[in-house]
Amino acid sequence: MATVAVAAEPGAGAGAGALSALRDALRSRRLILGLVVVGFFVLVAAFGPLFVGDPNHEYTDALNAGPSAAHWFGTTNIGQDIFAQTVDATRPTLLIGAAAGLIATAISVVIGIGGGYLGGIADELLALLTNVALVIPTLPLVIVASKFMGDNGLTPTIFVIAFTSWAASARVLRGQTLSLRNRDYVLAARALDEPRWRIILVELLPNEMPIIVSQFTFSMVFAILGQAGLAFLGLQSADMLTWGNILYFAQNAQALDSGQWWWFAPSGLCIAVFGAGLALINFGLDELLNPRLRVYRPSKARAERSS
Amino acid sequence: MNDDASLVLRATDVSVAYEGRRPTRAVREVSLELHAGEVLGIAGESGCGKSTLAYALTRMLRPPAVQTGGTIEYVDRDGRTWDLTALEPGELRKLRWAEFSMVFQSAMNALNPVTSVGAQFDDIFRTHRPEMDRAERRERARRLLEMVGIDPKRVRSFPHELSGGMRQRVVIALALALEPRLVVMDEPTTALDVLVQREILDEISRLRAELGFAVIFITHDLGLLLEISDSLAVMYAGQFVEYAPARRIAEEAQHPYTQGLLRSFPSLRGGRRDLRGIPGNPPDLRQDLDGCPFAPRCEHAFDRCRTEAPQLLAAPGYWPFSCHLRDVPNGSEPRKVEVDERA
Amino acid sequence: MRLRYIGRKLGFYLVAAWVAITVNFFLPRLIPGDPVSIIISRQTQSGTVPAGEAAALRKLLGLGSGSLLSQYGQYLDQLVHLNFGLSITEFPTPVADVVRPAIAWTLVLVGLATFISFCLGVGLGALAGWKRGTRIDALVPSTTLLTAMPYFWLALLLVYLFSQKWNLLPAQQGYDPSLDVGWNSAFIGSAIQHSILPAMTLVIASVGGWLLGMRNMTVATLSEDFVVAAEARGLSPVRVLTRYAARNAVLPSVSGFAVSIGFVVSGQIVMEQVFNYPGLGSLLFQAVSNEDYPLMQALFLTISFAVLGSNLLVDLLYGLIDPRTREA
Ligand SMILES: Nc1ncnc2c1ncn2[C@@H]1O[C@H](COP(=O)(O)OP(=O)(O)OP(=O)(O)O)[C@@H](O)[C@H]1O
Ligand SMILES: [Mg+2]
Repeated sequence: MATVAVAAEPGAGAGAGALSALRDALRSRRLILGLVVVGFFVLVAAFGPLFVGDPNHEYTDALNAGPSAAHWFGTTNIGQDIFAQTVDATRPTLLIGAAAGLIATAISVVIGIGGGYLGGIADELLALLTNVALVIPTLPLVIVASKFMGDNGLTPTIFVIAFTSWAASARVLRGQTLSLRNRDYVLAARALDEPRWRIILVELLPNEMPIIVSQFTFSMVFAILGQAGLAFLGLQSADMLTWGNILYFAQNAQALDSGQWWWFAPSGLCIAVFGAGLALINFGLDELLNPRLRVYRPSKARAERSS
Repeated sequence: MNDDASLVLRATDVSVAYEGRRPTRAVREVSLELHAGEVLGIAGESGCGKSTLAYALTRMLRPPAVQTGGTIEYVDRDGRTWDLTALEPGELRKLRWAEFSMVFQSAMNALNPVTSVGAQFDDIFRTHRPEMDRAERRERARRLLEMVGIDPKRVRSFPHELSGGMRQRVVIALALALEPRLVVMDEPTTALDVLVQREILDEISRLRAELGFAVIFITHDLGLLLEISDSLAVMYAGQFVEYAPARRIAEEAQHPYTQGLLRSFPSLRGGRRDLRGIPGNPPDLRQDLDGCPFAPRCEHAFDRCRTEAPQLLAAPGYWPFSCHLRDVPNGSEPRKVEVDERA
Repeated sequence: MRLRYIGRKLGFYLVAAWVAITVNFFLPRLIPGDPVSIIISRQTQSGTVPAGEAAALRKLLGLGSGSLLSQYGQYLDQLVHLNFGLSITEFPTPVADVVRPAIAWTLVLVGLATFISFCLGVGLGALAGWKRGTRIDALVPSTTLLTAMPYFWLALLLVYLFSQKWNLLPAQQGYDPSLDVGWNSAFIGSAIQHSILPAMTLVIASVGGWLLGMRNMTVATLSEDFVVAAEARGLSPVRVLTRYAARNAVLPSVSGFAVSIGFVVSGQIVMEQVFNYPGLGSLLFQAVSNEDYPLMQALFLTISFAVLGSNLLVDLLYGLIDPRTREA
């Protein structure tokens, strides 16, 4: 007798799975919007400086001028073009965010996934370390540490922020690893005596990739906000032009007291919009990963339920 | 149709679909009737739509599930007939639990983890019996726990402090709190080990005899259903394929699928049967089914089965079942066909 | 009995406190050169430095005599006696006396603002989750814009609008300096008035985080079996939402408090600079601009202990609202 296996979906397979995931992804308007916003800033960081002059060496005669056709975002008290500054600041700002975010995420992957997978006393200690790092307030530490070091250029900033901001991600990743390590495919790999590094790299890491990406976006936002805070307190080298530094210059020139909102507005908005773009990407990822968060089209049944 | 006074529930042509790019039509034109004190068993393989049907009957479907057709009438203890499908949310809430209650398939998780067992009884009484005072509510909760064989002191326990079997009993006690006329039980014991399962089933039988509520009992254990049901519905691919009095079906099952099930399930009580499974898999409910949905797996399938869907009709002297064999004169076995792989 | 839970939490925060103290011990080693002579020379610029200050500083900075261990012992001894040396910023006031009055300002402001923000965010988040897919829910992603704003920038924006343009609220300092500090109504009224903009900044900037977390947890909890079961029992939607869905959905928000309070405190520290608020943040800023190392150290410890303490409180609260932390 013939047995009939009905395929779950015509053409279902690994490739089709990835394709349908991609299709789902592209249907999430939030994800698209987030990608567009982040993509825009990345383009500005990459090519923007080619189109605007060097704001630190080109001074115009207009001092403290409001936004105009010549100076879209107005000028500073010494006649620098704020639009050019904002564009120029994009690259270092994003660089700090991305680099610190990457390093922090890498640390959290090692500590979170490593600990979660190894278990036992190693995990206990790493979890304790993570939780302690989580409850000790980071910004005062960063402020004090960077002041004590006395060097506040790009590289030290990146490392100080990264080393103080990995804990939250590590905790999330540890939790995920603990739940994954008892899944069938991991147990099977362990039963086959595969080496640990292989299980972690081949079985665990790919499965946690979406979470790692989402944690990276958080770390990046955190790093940009942290750098802006440090800069605003005057703890960043003035040679470096970031959005945070622009805000510091504005504050130093008492721009707000003289009503020069245009000096403050662009950089802060850039930080907020870029951060929101990353958050929207996260929203999209979340919706894809947690079907439970997905919202269904309104139907009679729900209208009834929620009334 | 015997429209006698004892009718409790009548569902007519109920269909349910899970919306999506390709909707899953999980329940397809199911009709059933239940009378006071009757036990209706529903059996079928995993994924055939049993739980979906239970949710539809109790109006508990949530998006993406939508009822796409059919009516559900409920007759309350005062003899009033309610069209459940057209009820206002407020009216529906009044009927819920007081008239019909439900024990979910995942009963173990049906308890709020952060409040005590007593508080969950309390919520029910406060809502449906506002005249009861605190002491009465507490006392009633204790008696209900006692009734399902749990130490009444446990009203103060939290769900995580109870074993799986105890939680299951608490859930059953909750379902009986307002002495409903109908209890829908969706695999109330699947998560438990056989011994505990047995105890709880005996408990349910005893309580039913004592309190006289009607039961819709869902499981994939046909042997068990034969034991406890008055009538029995066998479900396949979202449809009832046989709907029969329980006491006759064991010997006289008409549908080849029922026969297959009877052969393939070990019985909870009594010895194991010959475990010849039914080869193949149930069809994907996202597609339209031409012909008889069971045909690809049926050893009796013939040409007509592949093209024409059989109706759920009674044969003389028998009960409704949906199989073309009904129309084949006894003894003349129809020509068998090789079933080719369906893509 | 929750003694075990409480004991575990206390133990953990003791370890965390010890780590903070120890980090603080090693921090001065980052200072290039000899910090003590730097500090003393700066102090000398502002007045006569009492004898023994150099020795005390050495111990405090973990640079006392002897082995690392004995240096650590001397450092702890200084801490226990709250001997943080003399502040450069307000020479020759002892650091401890400089820090003490600032604590209350920051603590009360952050505490109140966090409480308001938590209640608001959790309430709105539960509502958005309950009404998921509706217009209320569609507004949720826009709160990410608030969450991604630097606190201090939001503060600048509010000052520009409420103080400069509309002249509604004071934007500088914690109270009207012409008033006597004390428990009199004029002073308290002025303090409240001055705290509105900073508090508003904290609330606006942090409410999005609570809201989003609560919204997502509520949506997830609503599909839990016990919520479906509660609905099947005919309970009113309000009861199902509050006693079943929200009651459970709020737990992760409470247990994740540490992460959120970290954000708020960081934001507060920078933000105080905008308002010239007389709290720990402004003080830290002054310490940084004056290279006042002893004050910085004391502030780091103070802020750490305040955060640890509030986390401990919240953890104990969690023990009360989640029965699973009890032992059967
Ligand atoms: N949320 C959902 N979305 C889409 N399809 C669903 C959903 N829930 C169930 N289904 C589909 O509906 C069909 C019927 O499911 P149902 O839960 O009613 O089966 P069941 O008979 O109760 O199975 P079991 O014995 O395993 O409990 C299945 O094919 C299932 O894949
Ligand atoms: Mg089921």
